[in-house]
This record gives sequence, C-alpha cells and structure tokens, in this order.
Amino acid sequence: MNEPQVAEPVVGRRAGSAFGTAREQGRATLVGYLPAGFPTVAEAIEGCRVLVDSGVDVIEIGLPYSDPVMDGPVIQRAAERALANGFRVADVFRTAEAVAAAGVPALVMTYWNPIERYGVSAFARDLAAAGGAGLITPDLTPEEAGDWIAAAEQHDLDRVFLVAPSSTAQRIATTTAVCRGFVYAASVMGVTGAREQTGQAAPALVERVRRATTVPVGVGLGVSTGGQAAEVAGYADGVIVGSALVRCLLDEPDPAAARRRLGALATELAEGVRKR
Amino acid sequence: MAPQHGPGESGHHPTTDGSTARGAAGRPDDRRAGPDAAGHFGRFGGRFMPEALTAALDELGAEFDKAIADPSFVAEFDRMLREYANLPSPLYLAQRLSARAGARILLKREDLNHTGAHKIRNVLGQALLVKRMGKRRVIAETGAGQHGVATATACAYLDLDCVVYMGAEDTRRQALNVARMRMLGAEVIPVETGSRTLKDAINEALRDWVANVDTTHYLLGTAAGPHPFPVLVREFVRGIGDEARAQALELTGGLPDAVAACVGGGSNAIGAFHAFVPDADVRLYGFEAGGDGVETGRHAASITGGAVGVLHGARTFLLQDADGQTVESHSISAGLDYPAVGPEHAWLAETGRASYQPVTDAEAMAAFQLLCRTEGIIPAIESAHALAGALRVAPQLAAELGREPTILVNLSGRGDKDMETAGNWFGLLDGAEVRS
Ligand SMILES: Cc1ncc(COP(=O)(O)O)c(C=O)c1O
Repeated sequence: MNEPQVAEPVVGRRAGSAFGTAREQGRATLVGYLPAGFPTVAEAIEGCRVLVDSGVDVIEIGLPYSDPVMDGPVIQRAAERALANGFRVADVFRTAEAVAAAGVPALVMTYWNPIERYGVSAFARDLAAAGGAGLITPDLTPEEAGDWIAAAEQHDLDRVFLVAPSSTAQRIATTTAVCRGFVYAASVMGVTGAREQTGQAAPALVERVRRATTVPVGVGLGVSTGGQAAEVAGYADGVIVGSALVRCLLDEPDPAAARRRLGALATELAEGVRKR
Repeated sequence: MAPQHGPGESGHHPTTDGSTARGAAGRPDDRRAGPDAAGHFGRFGGRFMPEALTAALDELGAEFDKAIADPSFVAEFDRMLREYANLPSPLYLAQRLSARAGARILLKREDLNHTGAHKIRNVLGQALLVKRMGKRRVIAETGAGQHGVATATACAYLDLDCVVYMGAEDTRRQALNVARMRMLGAEVIPVETGSRTLKDAINEALRDWVANVDTTHYLLGTAAGPHPFPVLVREFVRGIGDEARAQALELTGGLPDAVAACVGGGSNAIGAFHAFVPDADVRLYGFEAGGDGVETGRHAASITGGAVGVLHGARTFLLQDADGQTVESHSISAGLDYPAVGPEHAWLAETGRASYQPVTDAEAMAAFQLLCRTEGIIPAIESAHALAGALRVAPQLAAELGREPTILVNLSGRGDKDMETAGNWFGLLDGAEVRS
C-alpha cells in the first residue's frame, strides 16, 4: 500500500493512459464534457461521477466563460447558468480533484482569458496539484501558446489543441507536434451542439492527423447517440461528447431525474465506443 | 486640394506581415511599423481564435497584402471613396469653437461622409476585398447600428448578401437603424445570448463565421479582433490621418500640436493617429468613454480602467473581473460601449506614444451642445467625447507651449442618430415622448 500522506500522482490522471487502456481493449475512448459549476459546483461534480460510473473514460470539465465563441446554444446556456449561480475559476480545481479521485483523467476545457487572468503557470501548478490532467484550449493555437506549453512541461500536464477540416497539412503537423494526451479533431466547421450527422469531413481529417502524429486523435462536435459514437469509434481513437450530455441536465428540472438521463445516455455512448 | 486619401498613395504601406513597414524609409519611429508577422504590437494583438478560422484569417491577410499592392485595387478603392463616399472630407477651422476653447480647433469632418461617419472607409475597403476574394456573403456585428448600416450600404452598392448580428437589447434601443439596414436589403438577426449587446453580437458573428467561412467574410467594424483585422482596418481608415496631415499643412502651414479622437474599438482613432505617429511633436490623445466616471465602475474606458487580457481574438486592455470574465461596459454613446479596445491602441498607450483619458457622459454631452451652438454642427456623441477631451487638454497645452495650441479633432460622425438620446439628456422632447 502507498503511504497515504505521500503526494503520489493520482493513477491514470494523464489522458494518454486512458487512450492506451481503451486501445488494449480494442475499443475507442469515450470523452465526456460537463461544465464545472453547472448548475452548481456540487451538482456538476455529481454529474461527473455519473459519467465515470457509466463508463466515460476521460472527463472534460468546461470552465464557464462569459464569451464562449466556440459553443452553441446548449453549452452557452449552461455556462450562463453556472456564472449566474456564482461559479468561480477556483471551483474548477475542486471539480478536477473529484474526477481524478474517481479514477479518470480530468482535462479542463477553457477559453484562454480566464487562464491568463489567473496566471498561466499558477493555473498549471494548481491544476496539477488538484490531480487534473491538463487543458483543452479551443481559442488558443500553438502560435500563442508558448507560456502554456512551458508551464505544461513544468507541471507534466496534457495539452490538447484542436485541428479542423480547414487546417492545412502544415498546420496539422505543427499543432499535433505540441499536443500531448490527444489531438482534438473538430468533425465539422462549426460550434458545439448535437447534429444529425457528425460530419463527412471527420474521417479524412483523422486520416490526415494520423499521417502527422502517433498521438491519439479524438473526434468531437455533434456526437449525441450511441450509433454516432460507434460510427466515430470506427475511425478515431476517441469519441468526444458534450452538448448532448449537457442537455440531459439542462432540460430536466429534477436533479435525480437529470442524473438518470445523463447516466442512460453515457451508458449508451459507452456501449457505442465498444461497437466499432 | 488633393490630399492623400487612400492606401497605396503614400507609398509606405505596411503589409500584414509587416514587411514593407520595416522598410518605411524616413520614418524613424518604429512604433508605426507594427505589427509583426503574427499581428503583435509589442505584447498586444496576435490571434486567439479557433483553429477552424486560422486558414480563413491567413487567406484574408494574404489577399489583403496582394490587394493593397495592386494599383487597380487601390485605384478602385480611391474611386469609391471619392465618388461614392464624398471623400476626402474637409478639414475645417472651427473659429467660434476655437475662441471658446482657447485653442485653434481643426475639425476633420468625417460627419460629412456618406452614411455619416468614418466607418464607410472600412466597409468599402473590406467589401471590395470580399469581391476580390470571390465571396458573396458578408456578416457583421453592430452595436448602435452604425457599422451595420454602413455594411448594409456597402453590400447594396457592391451586390453582396448581408447579415448583421445585433444584440437584442440594441435592436430595441436602435429600432430606426434596424429599419435602415432592412431597407438596404440586409438581414438583421437579434442576438439573445449573454448580455444581448455588442460583444454578444460579435460572438454570434464569429460562430456564424466558423460554420460558413468558405462562402462568408466577417466584416469586422473596428480596428480590433484577431490578426489581420487590426492592421487591415487601420489601412482602410488611415486616409483620415493621411488626408488631415496634408490638409493641416496646407491650411495652417504646419502640423497640429495635438490630434484628438474618441476610442471605442479604435478605428477612427487609429485612422486619425497613424499618419502622425512618426511626428514626435504631435501629441496623440485618445478619449475613452468614461460613462458615469471610471471610479463608479460604470464606464467603457478599457485602457484607463481595464486590465490586460484576451478578448475577441487579441491580447489587449479589457474590462474584466478577477476571474477574467468580461465585464459589461456602460456609455451614453453606443458606438463607444465596448469592453475592449484594438491592440494597437494598447501598444501606443503602453509605449507612451499616445495618451488615453476617460471622458464622462456629462462632459461629452456638454461638448455636444457647445459644438451645436458655436458651429451649427451636431456631432455624433462618440465624436463629442473627442471634443470634450480636446477642450480639457487645450489649457494644459497652452501652458506647456506658451502659446495658443492647434488641436486637430477627428469629428468621426454626425449626430442625427443621437437626437433621441440628446433630446432626453437636455429635456428637449415633449414630456410624453421622453423615455427613461
Ligand atoms: C461616429 C462614430 N465614432 C466612433 C465610433 C467608435 O468606433 P471606433 O472606436 O472604432 O472608431 C463609432 C462606432 O459606432 C461611431 O459611429
């Protein structure tokens, strides 16, 4: 047994380990998103636990922000509610800690300004101390990420940058070269939100990423059903689901019922990634 | 009088990668040479945007560089400005105002431009670029509706489809401008998210752009946002200062002691300043919207009362709380009611080349009235901030110089749009019509 007082890194806190495990099991990794502080910090933590219990492999904890330009209406509304309910940036560490304690990697998905405001290296330090795995940065590209990459190195954190169908081969190469954990491939040109189709551009994009790197590639934007998860799992290493999960909580006023819906959807998605 | 008024004429145009800027011979002040290849003005600017937009922003920068080096593009832009937009605008010595100010006040009459403000320069330049890029659809954000009306105008003129995002709060406050845009054939989409004002309209326009970037150009309304917008917009509006500098030399035989402009996002101010940046003896003053007073927290003075951060794609000064959440701005002037500022202004402030000061609603409205009564010119309330600031610094400059100073004020727009606000402020409307 480990000495309990020794600050051992929480087992499995890097996203790469979750992708490795899934690969060994011959399936794709399921990455699930929920915003911290939505509707409250405690309830968001409960929601994350439901996801973990239902088979989600990696949790993306959204950091609610006043100007979420990459998000569609569902995540926008959730972020607004979280902020109205008093969410503070420091609450994200508590949330990451709870997720890490549940045994899965916790990545924080955040727009850049709150991190700059907190202090890039201070945020990295505190996230690492809480057992968080790293950051997903939708409005930060490697060109502007010097400070963050250095801080992530120092604190051994994952850095997940995005690639899009519009990314050139050159950009895919430079972006994936600094990714650690996984590469986030946006399946469509657009913002977050459930879609009928996950985008025909995605398989080709994954193919192009594969040519540039051995870092696993996750596909997000628009996945909402087990069927879509299975489809994406057929060509990608990871399936990322956000709005569809958030909607379970947004649409359902009764917290217990909301958690049941969340669990049911996460279970369906977890079965999906095993049916590639 | 044939002052320079378009890109290309003055022969020292920075491209978006800064290459010719560095070669600007005879212009020793390298503060004019920004930005660098990635759009940085010192530590400000840059590009903080979703990867999905990177290709489009790169393409925009490359097309702009080619266009601005292409004599036929420059000639066409100049022709539109001259024949369609009524440019160059006059530089006018405001004698009765000068007597009251204790300074010789030169007004750059951008209020006489087609659509009533400097903004027509930027929209015509970008719309022409859109044609060149072969795109058909233009989206824009608007606060009060001025940029939306200008964009709708340029799109009607150049046969482009136009969609304008406008905060739902603003569509109610500015119903007449909504009607104007629709009259001109634009689709106006009220934005119901966030604070339902200008910053949320920008967010929504960016979301549209990500999804439709192949066919669509985002015609940003000010010298802010991700690279290449700050430099691109500056190059389209720099005619203000290029013209005014030549006009001042002709009219007064010398350069002014100071140039004053109001600062919202910063387009009219950077347009006015740019030509003068290398003229070390010319002081540059940017006047931000002080609202109820910076100390009250109800203002839009991003440089004076904000902190460095990232908003809408650039590192700059912005109004934010301890967590980096954007704080809502407040100003009597809708055109200045924006919680951030273009990155070049952040840089000019930090290097000390320009000085930025807040002007309260009350100071601006007093200057608004003074210009009406002394010169018979009803200015935009935005521009009244510049006037009020000029009136404030006039005695300081006089003391410093030991003579009557000459101050060039950019009168960025006319005040027709503001008559309801002014009517309420001064109690000029019948009781029944006075709102709030
Ligand atoms: C007349 C006028 N002046 C100034 C502004 C402020 O914008 P900027 O700071 O980009 O010049 C506006 C914006 O609507 C305007 O209409």
